This record gives sequence, C-alpha cells and structure tokens, in this order.
Amino acid sequence: MKSKLKFTVLIATVFLFSCFQEKKEKYTATEDIPVSLEMIAELTAPPHVPKPVGKRKAKKLIVKMEILEAEGEISNGVRYVFWTFGGSVPGSFIRARVGDEIEFHLQNHPDNKLPHNIDLHAVNGPGGGAESSFVAPGHEKVFSFKVLAPGLYVYHCATAPVGMHIANGMYGLILIEPEGGLPPVDKEYYVMQGDFYTAGPNGERGLQPFDMQKAVDERADYVVFNGKVGALTGDGALTAKVGETVRLFVGNGGPGLVSSFHVIGEIFDRVTVEGGSLVNENVQTTLIPAGGAAMIEFKVDVPGSYVLVDHSIFRAFNKGALGLLNVTGEENEKIYSGELMDNIYLPEGPGIQRMPTTSEIKESDIPAKSFEEQMKFGKQIYGQTCIACHQAEGQGIPSAFPPLAKSDYLNADVDRAIEAVLFGLSGEITVNGEKYNSIMTAQMISQEEVANVMTYVYNSWGNNKTVVTPEMVKKVKEKKK
Amino acid sequence: MRTKLFRLSFVLIFVHLFSFGQSGDMARINGARYIPLYGRDSTVVEVKDFDLDKYPVTNEQYMDFVKKFPEWQKSNAKKIFADGMYLRNWKNNFELNDDAKSNSPVTYVSWFAAKAYCDCMGKRLPTMDEWEYAAMSDETSKDARIKKSYNEKILSWYEAPRSNENQIGQNPKNYWGVSDLHGLVWEWTSDFNSVMLSGESRKDKDGDNNLFCGSASLGATDLMNYAAFMRYAFRGSIKANYAIKNLGFRCAKDIETP
Repeated sequence: MKSKLKFTVLIATVFLFSCFQEKKEKYTATEDIPVSLEMIAELTAPPHVPKPVGKRKAKKLIVKMEILEAEGEISNGVRYVFWTFGGSVPGSFIRARVGDEIEFHLQNHPDNKLPHNIDLHAVNGPGGGAESSFVAPGHEKVFSFKVLAPGLYVYHCATAPVGMHIANGMYGLILIEPEGGLPPVDKEYYVMQGDFYTAGPNGERGLQPFDMQKAVDERADYVVFNGKVGALTGDGALTAKVGETVRLFVGNGGPGLVSSFHVIGEIFDRVTVEGGSLVNENVQTTLIPAGGAAMIEFKVDVPGSYVLVDHSIFRAFNKGALGLLNVTGEENEKIYSGELMDNIYLPEGPGIQRMPTTSEIKESDIPAKSFEEQMKFGKQIYGQTCIACHQAEGQGIPSAFPPLAKSDYLNADVDRAIEAVLFGLSGEITVNGEKYNSIMTAQMISQEEVANVMTYVYNSWGNNKTVVTPEMVKKVKEKKK
Repeated sequence: MRTKLFRLSFVLIFVHLFSFGQSGDMARINGARYIPLYGRDSTVVEVKDFDLDKYPVTNEQYMDFVKKFPEWQKSNAKKIFADGMYLRNWKNNFELNDDAKSNSPVTYVSWFAAKAYCDCMGKRLPTMDEWEYAAMSDETSKDARIKKSYNEKILSWYEAPRSNENQIGQNPKNYWGVSDLHGLVWEWTSDFNSVMLSGESRKDKDGDNNLFCGSASLGATDLMNYAAFMRYAFRGSIKANYAIKNLGFRCAKDIETP
C-alpha cells in the first residue's frame, strides 16, 4: 500500500515535471522561439496552397522566388504583359509558421527589363524587406527575417512606380500559421483579387498596354480573381464535396479597389477579419482591403455551383470578378428545396396553369436547314413570343422595354443575349444610351428556336447580322449550369 | 589656281566637319539649362554643347573593339570589372550567338567595359544629365516630356519583350538626329548612380534628398513621372560591374574649343 502511494507520488512528480517542462517550452515572445534545421519552402501557384505546417517545429525556411515579366492572357483574346512573383498572378503562395526564420532569395530573371523588390507585410522592419531586396535583372538578393505574428499577409513589389508594379500583377499571399498549425479542414484554396487597367476597354482584343491614367483615376477595365477573367470557372473552378469544410485564403492585391468578397449561396462560418486574430462568425460579405487578406471558412451543405464575387456587383458580371465553387454530393432538401414549382400567376385568372420547364421542351421536329429557314422560323417565333414587348419592328417601348433594333446592348455580346433569352434578365441595363430597369422572363422555347429567333433579330432592323446556331445556345446553357 | 582649288576643298571639308559634328555618326546637341525629372538636387542643371553617338554601340562595333583590346574579350574580362553575365549572348571572344545580330546594340556590358570602349574611341560616356537632356526630345521638339504620345511610347517599351534583339536605327530620329534613346535598350551613363533610389521608392519620397520635389515643381503629369521613375529606378538597382541583357551604351564627346 505504501509502495503504491510512493509510486503514485512518483508518477505525479513525473507529470508535474513534464508539465513544468511543457511550460518551459512556451515562449513569451515569438522572437525567442529557436529554429532547428533548414527547409526549402514549398511554393504553389493559385488556387493551390502548400501543405499545412501542422505540428512541425520552427525552422530556417528558405524561400526562392523568381520574378518573371511575361505576356499572358487576361481575358479570352486579350493579351497583357504581367509582372509576376513566380510566374503566376497572384504570385506563389508561401506558408510558414510563427518562429520560422525565413531566408528570402529574390531572383530577377535576366530577361526582365526592370528592377524589382518585395515588401512582405509579414516582416517587421523598414519597407517590409523592400530595401534589402531591390534587385536588378539577372541578379539575386537575399535577406532574412523572423516571423513574429500569425496571420495571412499580402506581399507585393514596391519599386517605383509602385502602383504600376502592383497593377501588373506583382502581389501574393504569405500565411503564417500559429504554433501547432491552423485547425485542419477538408479543402484549402488561394484566391486573390486584382484590378487591371488597359489602354483598350474591357474585351478589346490583342496585346493591351497598361494605362496609367486609368490606374490613377481607379477606372478598372478588369477586376479579376487569380489574374484572369474566368481563372476560377470551367476547368479552373474550385471543387468540394457536400459536408466538407472549405477554407479560402482570400487576398486583394489592388492596386486601387477594395473587395466586398461574397460567395453566392453561402454564409461564411468563420472569417479571420483582415487576416488577423479576430474571428467573426456567420458573415455574408467580408471586406478585403487593397493590400489586405482574410481567411474564410464554411461548410458546404448542398450540392451546386457557388459563385465567388466581389459584391460591388458590376465588377463581377462586367469586369470579371467571378469564380465558381462546384460542390458535388447528395441533395439535402431539408436545407434547400430547389425549385418546387413554376406556375403561371394570373391575378385575375381562374386557375393555376403549369408551364413546362426548359428541360421538358422538345426540340423541333423540323430543324432549320438554311439561313433562310432560320429567318423564316425565327420570324414566326418572334411574332409569338417577343413582339408583345419588343414590338413589331424591334423598336421596343421607351422606358419600359428596350429596343432590339440597332441595339448596342444586343450587338455587343451574343452570349449575353442568348443568356437573356434562356434565363431571363433583370436589373438596370443601358441600351442605346437609355436606361431600362425591368424584368424579362426566361423564354420557354427550345434551343433550336432560340437560335432561330435570335438569328432573325440579329439579321433585322440594322443589327450586326450574327448567325446564332443551336450549338452556341447549348454552350451558353451548359456554361450556366 | 591649283592651290586655290586645294584651299577651297580644304575649307569645304572643314565646313562639312563643323556642321556634322566630329564625324558622321555623332550628332551635335546644343546645350541649355533644364530641370531634369529628378537630378542631384532637383534644380536647374546646365548642359553644355556636346556630341552624342546617333546610335547605341552595336555588337559589330564592340567586336572590333575587343579585337584591338584583348583584355575586354569575353574570356579575359576581370570579374570585378564585368560580372559573369558579360557578353552572355556571344558564343566566344569573336562570335555572336546564332540569334544575336551584329547590328543589334551590344548588351551584357558593364559600366567599366562601356567606359573603356568610349575612352578608346577618344570619347566618354554621357553624363546622366546629358543623356536625359538629349532623351527628352521627340522628332519635332527639344522637350517633349509633357506630350502624352512621348511618354506612352516610352512606357510601351517597358512592356515589350526581347527588344534588345532589335537592330539599331529602327526608331525615328529625334530632334537632334539621335535614334534609339528610347525603345531599344537601357543605356549606361557615366554617373548612373549619382541619384540613389534606395529601392524603397515610398521612402525616397520624404527623404531630405527631395527626389520627388523637382518633378512636382514642374507640374509634371503622373504619366510623365512614371516613365522617368522607371529609368531612375533601374539605374539605382545596378552596379558598375553588372552586365545585363537590356543594358547597352553609347558615347558622347566634348566639343573641342579652338
């Protein structure tokens, strides 16, 4: 019995001792955390992030970042000379932990024309490293810093003219994880917004030079996620499965605009406000300042497409600030029912009639074999479906229904027009200088019929003679899915 | 009669020499007082009359030079005078890479090499004030810095890749008859590092060096500042032994006073 007690005391002492030891390893200042061993940092291009630091000890972390000035595509058919950290916009993602000592190698490729440097917001020191990293083409500068505070930080180039270097894509994110790492999640992605200023207006093809005046006036032609219109759509869309928790590392490089970051159809469970230590919960839209960042976490409950936008919404739908998170898995009708019914609503009518949904519409038995037939069939459909609002000669009704005749809105973008016919259109638009703010409903006609009626409209009343094929309609329809 | 003719032709030659500068490949720049975008003390600087090469020095010309001065051949140049990138687009001491053209500007040359070349030609490197003065003109005016077109052209070069592989003389001559000051390669100046940008451009703004005040007092547009800032930033990032792909040079010469 006595020996048993002794044993317990012994065990307790050991525990006490170990507790004491544990305590000893906690440092009052992060600058006192010792580093052991060297490690080459894993760098990733967006939307990917390096592996979490987990429980690893603080290390000497060697970061090798190459600066490349290279021509790329900012939108389909629109070329732009990007200046990049690591060959991508935004630049490579750096992941470290508190206490790491980062030895930073900044390499300026010999083909580059300009000197560059880097200012990391995670650095405590003048210029955030800018002064000691100023590097001429064909050279490498090395500097070192101790990581003191956890958070998600922006880095960027700070060489004169600073605005131009940032406007051309020289920004990225560095994540400093706390001791022990961030709580694990299922999916992590890297998304960074930036605004671009081109000599030609949005969509003008060819190589577009940077426009300094527009940049000074903050009149962006493109506002994009990850350096390109559509970088996060199609094959580039982010993915997750129902029930997974997604963590987005969202930054904003600017140079000019502040982002109202929002994911359509999701509520953010947790947001680390401005990338710091304050956590906000159940957030709809979070503000991401230029030169700032936020960590956003949410669990996805229902399958479907979730749209990442800058909720300064014209930037999303007109300038490119739009991405997709595609979630697959089981429906959960308890959380979201989906469309239950689409009924015709006639306030004065006797009963409720059911209308066919688009998936039930049968393709025409007699497809148009020629342009002439398309016109003929199209005119017919126009007479049944469109004429009530847009009128016989496509002239519309002033301040209620926009004209289709000589319509700049129509002629500017055929896909947009197809989309309007397929899915409807609401909100304010400007047609031939006049503002309209009404609702066009989705038209319940087949893809073939859409192609025909639009071909008819485009080849009438002074429009640009586009021929719309069922394939084009199909493409728009599928893209929207 | 014969002596008269001889004398006349002598006079003609003299006149010819006088009106076209020291030789056919230099242009006379008439000096003046001007305010550089930012200079040593951001005030008016005076540039005396001088001659400036019409074109940057080409690979071919530089080849002739290294044939005469073996110490500047690719394999012989000392590292402290020209770093490891020296003449990187040359195969060896006397041959260019296949994609390099003899009529392209010589690049990958250090300041020491450029200076030696000019010295050997009986010339010198232009000062930064001289270079900036000659380079602020466009085809029609001595000072085109406030023109939008002038600045746009310069900025567009900053974005054009591989322009060092272009050949000389494809840009229009400027007011002084000088070509390619913009649009081909950066160029060394004798005192390239006399305006020091720390690389921290934001800090430079409020230092006591007043780098930005000069341009502010000009009422310069932002566009104009930006084109020049990049030149000064570039100069601030280099050292005299650097040999860089997009950096070449041309020579200048004082005017001999009789």
